[in-house]
Amino acid sequence: MIRDPKDLQRYSAKERSNHWVVGISFILLALSGLAFFHPAFFPLTQLFGGPVWARIIHPFLGVLMALSFLGLYVKFKHLNKMTPADHEWLKKAKNMVDGNDHDMPEQGKYNGGQKVMFWALAVCMLLMTVSGILIWRAYFGFDVTLVRLGAVVHAAAGAVMIGLIMVHVYAAIWVKGTIRAMWYGTVTRAWAKQHHRGWYRQVTGK
Amino acid sequence: MALQSLDIKQRSATTTPAPQARQTVEIAKLIDVSACIGCKACQVACSEWNDIRDEVGNCHGVYDNPMDLTANSWTVMRYTEVEQNNKLEWLIRKDGCMHCSDPGCLKACPAPGAIIQYSNGIVDFHQENCIGCGYCVTGCPFNVPRISQKDSKAYKCTLCSDRVAVNQAPACAKACPTGAIQFGSKEDMKDYASKRITDLKERGYEKAGLYDPEGVGGTHVMYVLHHADKPELYAGLPANPTISALVSIWKGFTKPLATLALAGIALGSLFHYVTKGPNEVSKEIEDEIEAEDKETAK
Repeated sequence: MIRDPKDLQRYSAKERSNHWVVGISFILLALSGLAFFHPAFFPLTQLFGGPVWARIIHPFLGVLMALSFLGLYVKFKHLNKMTPADHEWLKKAKNMVDGNDHDMPEQGKYNGGQKVMFWALAVCMLLMTVSGILIWRAYFGFDVTLVRLGAVVHAAAGAVMIGLIMVHVYAAIWVKGTIRAMWYGTVTRAWAKQHHRGWYRQVTGK
Repeated sequence: MALQSLDIKQRSATTTPAPQARQTVEIAKLIDVSACIGCKACQVACSEWNDIRDEVGNCHGVYDNPMDLTANSWTVMRYTEVEQNNKLEWLIRKDGCMHCSDPGCLKACPAPGAIIQYSNGIVDFHQENCIGCGYCVTGCPFNVPRISQKDSKAYKCTLCSDRVAVNQAPACAKACPTGAIQFGSKEDMKDYASKRITDLKERGYEKAGLYDPEGVGGTHVMYVLHHADKPELYAGLPANPTISALVSIWKGFTKPLATLALAGIALGSLFHYVTKGPNEVSKEIEDEIEAEDKETAK
C-alpha cells in the first residue's frame, strides 16, 4: 500500500491504542465467555490455561474492557449524535448492503450505521458491566434473584455484542481502505470523499 | 467422587448421552421431621464419614450450629419455633441437598462433568472438574451449594454416593438414633412415609404429608412434615420449588439459538463478500483526486 503525505488523519495514536486495548480484551472475553455459554465452546478454555483460569481471568478482562471502552465512549460520543441525514442513510442502508452506494446521503465522520453500532455497543457494554458485577461471585454476593437476572442479561447482551462486533469487523473488511485507519490512522482522500464526504469537506476545506 | 461409570443419567455441560446402559434402583432418603429430636448426630456423622471439619464457630443464642450450610458442613439442623393450633411447636429440619430429579445446579453448570446425576437419583459434584463459577448456586432452588473459601470449588451433600455405591446407607441415616432418617428405594420410602403420615393424622396432624416437590421432578431427599400444607414453617422450605424461569431462559433455548445466530452472521458476512464483492473506492473519485493534484501541481 502506497502511503501518501496527503492522506487524511482519521485517528490519533492514542485513539488507535485505546481501540486496540478494547479490541484485544473483547476477543479474549468473547473466547472465554463463549466457553461458559455453550458446552460446544468449552474447549476454548484451553487458550487461557484451562477452565479454572478462564473463569478467574474473564472478569478482570471485563474490567479492562469496560474502562478502555469508557475511554472510546467519552472520546467519540459527540461524533455519534444522530442527525436527519443519518436516518435517511439508514432507510437506504439496504442499497448500500447490495453494493449500490450511489445515492446515499452525504455522511460526516460516521454514517448512520456506524452511529447505531456505536450506541448499541455502548448499551451492551453497560449491561455487560452491571450484570457482570452481579455474577462475579469471587468478590460479590448479591441476592440470588439479582444474580439470576444478571446471568441472563450477561449471556444475552454478550451474544448480541459478539454479533455486533462481527458486523463491525466485517464492515471494515468489506469497505476497502478502512482497516489501515485502525493500524496507522490515515485514509486516502479518495476513500474519505467516497464514504464520508461531509468529513472530507470538513478536513480538506473543499 | 467419581465412582460409578455406567449408571449416569445426566452430566453437566454435556450434550450427548452419558453412559447409561445399566439401570439402577431409584433411591431416596426420607427425613421424618416429626421423629427428629434435634440431636445433630447426623451432622456429626456427616463430618466424620466425609472427613470434613468446619470451623468451630460462636454461640448465637440458638440451637442452630453452624448457622448455615458451608463448604465443610453439608447438612445442618434448622430449628424453628412456631405456634400452630394455639400450641408452641419446635420444628427441626435437617437441611441439605434435596437431590432433585430435575437439578437446577446441573442445568446451570458450564463445566462438563462437574455435576453428575446417577440413575439412582443422587446428584453429585465432582470437584476435580469444578471451575468455581458458582452457577450451581444460581441454579439451585433450595440454596444448597457452597463455594469453598479455600479452593473455590462447590461442595454439598453427596448423599454418601460412595457408601450407596457399595450398598450402605448414608452416614446420617446410619447415625440417627430415632429412625427419623430412613434410607432405601424411593418406592419403599414412599410406602414408609404413607404409614407415618397415617399415624400423624391419627394423632391430630390432619395436614401431615410427604414433601416430594413436583416442580423439580420430585426429590431423592424427602420429608414427612406434620404441616405439609405449610412447608415454609420449616425454616423457609419452599412450598413449590422450581428451577427459576430466569435460569431456564439462560440455560434453555437461548444457547442454541444465539449460537446459530452468530454462525449465521459469520456465514452471512462471508457469502455477502463472495456474492456482492468488496466495497472499493470508485475509479471516478480516484480520478477526481488525481485531477485535483495535477491542478495544484501546475
